[in-house]
Amino acid sequence: MQSPDLLRLATAGSVDDGKSTLIGRLLHDSRAILDDQLATLERVTRQRGEEGLNLALLTDGLRAEREQGITIDVAHRYFATPRRRFIIADTPGHAQYTRNMVTGASTANVALILVDARQGVVEQTRRHAFIASLLRIPHLFLCVNKMDLVGWSEARFTEIVGDFTAFTTRLELPDVKFIPISALHGDNVATASAHLPWYGGGPLLYNLETLYIASDTNHVDPRLPIQGVIRPNGDAHHDFRGLSGRIAGGVFRIGDEVVALPSGLTSRITRILGPEGELTEAFSTMSVVVTLADDLDVSRGDLLAKPGNRPLVTQDLEAMVCWFADEPLDPSRPLLVRHTTRETKAVVKAVRYRFDINTLHRDPGAPTIRCNDIARLQLRVAQPLLADPYHRNRATGSFLLIEPFTGATLAAGMLV
Amino acid sequence: MSRFQLPHLSLLEHEAIHILREAAAQCERVALLFSGGKDSIVLVRLAQKAFHPARPPFPLLHVDTGHNFPETLAFRDRLAATTGLRLIVRQVAETIAAGRAHEEKGPNPSRNALQTVTLLDAINELRLDACLGGARRDEEKARAKERIFSHRDEFGHWDPRRQRPEPWQLLNGRKAPGEHFRVFPLSNWTELDVWHYIARERLEVPAIYFAHSREVIARRGMLLACSPHVTPLDGETVSTRTVRCRTIGDMTCTGCVESHAASIDDIVREITAARTSERGGRADDQRSDTAMEDRKAAGYF
Ligand SMILES: Nc1nc2c(ncn2[C@@H]2O[C@H](COP(=O)(O)OP(=O)(O)O)[C@@H](O)[C@H]2O)c(=O)[nH]1
Repeated sequence: MQSPDLLRLATAGSVDDGKSTLIGRLLHDSRAILDDQLATLERVTRQRGEEGLNLALLTDGLRAEREQGITIDVAHRYFATPRRRFIIADTPGHAQYTRNMVTGASTANVALILVDARQGVVEQTRRHAFIASLLRIPHLFLCVNKMDLVGWSEARFTEIVGDFTAFTTRLELPDVKFIPISALHGDNVATASAHLPWYGGGPLLYNLETLYIASDTNHVDPRLPIQGVIRPNGDAHHDFRGLSGRIAGGVFRIGDEVVALPSGLTSRITRILGPEGELTEAFSTMSVVVTLADDLDVSRGDLLAKPGNRPLVTQDLEAMVCWFADEPLDPSRPLLVRHTTRETKAVVKAVRYRFDINTLHRDPGAPTIRCNDIARLQLRVAQPLLADPYHRNRATGSFLLIEPFTGATLAAGMLV
Repeated sequence: MSRFQLPHLSLLEHEAIHILREAAAQCERVALLFSGGKDSIVLVRLAQKAFHPARPPFPLLHVDTGHNFPETLAFRDRLAATTGLRLIVRQVAETIAAGRAHEEKGPNPSRNALQTVTLLDAINELRLDACLGGARRDEEKARAKERIFSHRDEFGHWDPRRQRPEPWQLLNGRKAPGEHFRVFPLSNWTELDVWHYIARERLEVPAIYFAHSREVIARRGMLLACSPHVTPLDGETVSTRTVRCRTIGDMTCTGCVESHAASIDDIVREITAARTSERGGRADDQRSDTAMEDRKAAGYF
């Protein structure tokens, strides 16, 4: 049997659309919930004066959250089918938690956005779709939930599909699927539903299992940000000098001519060491150690590319940022940028505009940037970044803004 | 699967190596928290791979409660010797002797909570910036919300409300002096992934993971191994059964499961078919619904 691969999904929806029930249903129907956990679930369901199994309680959060009646943060869940392993980043749906969706969905292959069939597309749906397009999540499934409460109506489903499509033509969403479900009753989640004879698109889980994700990663532009230099002590490896890093794009092969940036010096790859031994080639998201024919001065924060395919080497950045911190952006304060393996000082040169996520309008004129705002900034950094536009490469196009004294992560940025 | 796609276990391996290298590069003084359990055994192997052909640039740190299975301690010493990694051991007994922690009252006291004090003392003493741990998000619901670089304040406390967002693969290891990080390279691994990896890498594990005959006491729905630390209370009887440990912790709180698994492959098969979760056998989690959350907030592993 072929070994299973891994799909990362992020869920989003407004409160009460049924997100917890759906995740509980996926875990339950894929048998990721074990007997002792089921027993606890039954007990807690009863304690709350409800009957049967309240699947939503499976993803019930920390006491700190229950006491305040909020969901704080991203939680990760795991389940598997014979075909695939799944990691769910479960992000809360409240308006003020844009940052959570950015955090949870930044590496997702697919965003699952829920709507309640009775409510249809609401403001929150639009926000989530916008964030999915901003983050360039390669696939989006709009799950129209609670179909049981609209009499399994095809007309209602078609209407919601129409509303969503009308809105998203203005966004960049390369692959959108629409799936009617009832999370509570399990219809069209893991198995097809007799209530939905008019729907021919297959159950949600089937769509997740068969989604084609091989092209979600950049295999075109060779990029290896250097994490460190490996120099063993002892005679056995006396002349060994390896460069470690996780490939952030493209393919590297033994014998390839590479350019080290920012120095611009070139050499050839002589060895590639992966976790399972010597390799002849390595590709994106693999952690490797490479050795070069020449003893170049390369260290952490530098990057290997190909002479004919280089990233930008730039100190001036144009970026969309999502502001995470409670305190608003103060453009006069110094910042740090962490980009791939490089960290360098930064200053804000200009706040171009704040993006109104509800209207998709730009709000220029140096507005204040607060928590959960999305804004376009111009930044200047002390050392050049070795970067690509985010739409070309999520790994070399993304960065963090950091408070230099506390170390707090203030914002996530995407290079335009 | 296309040519440029990795099977999920390799993907997890590449991700963990990336995290280990970031921790070593961003933090000055790092230690790997070694318990002798399967997760920390996997972590040691990943650390070896991350810096190969050099040796991992950090020591192993073991907080010894004095309630460990003797098999675990023997295994620990052997692993340190074969890997050539420095082993630092700190004793909960010394924390108690110094009056910095107090033994629980009653019969068969647990030192589970006390080890947090010893750990935080060791972090201060060794001035550690980061401790690498083998915790996984699938273990428990408080862990499901844990970051990969998990920030701890100057008291070693975890505040779930002030966690740093971790978008993409960007890990932020900056902090104020006196603070530290817990770094979890196995965050996205499941129990089954760990066993598959042990099988793939042919890693040695302590013998108590395999089925053996042992005197046990049934207590609160668990089978506890008889030892000087776990003795029969009123009305309890000792019986000899064929069991194995599914997790390895203190003798006072690690439940054994009835099993005939004699090899790693048997264990993989058993867990694939298992219908109870691995922490179902842990008395420390059964104390309350939020037991783990409370311990984590206080600085537990
Ligand atoms: N009738 C019906 N109710 C549902 C369905 N899915 C969820 N619910 C109910 O909707 C309510 C909110 O669900 P929950 O999963 O807690 O929503 P969340 O806030 O998005 O996580 C609960 O009372 C669920 O039982 C569904 O498919 N049909």
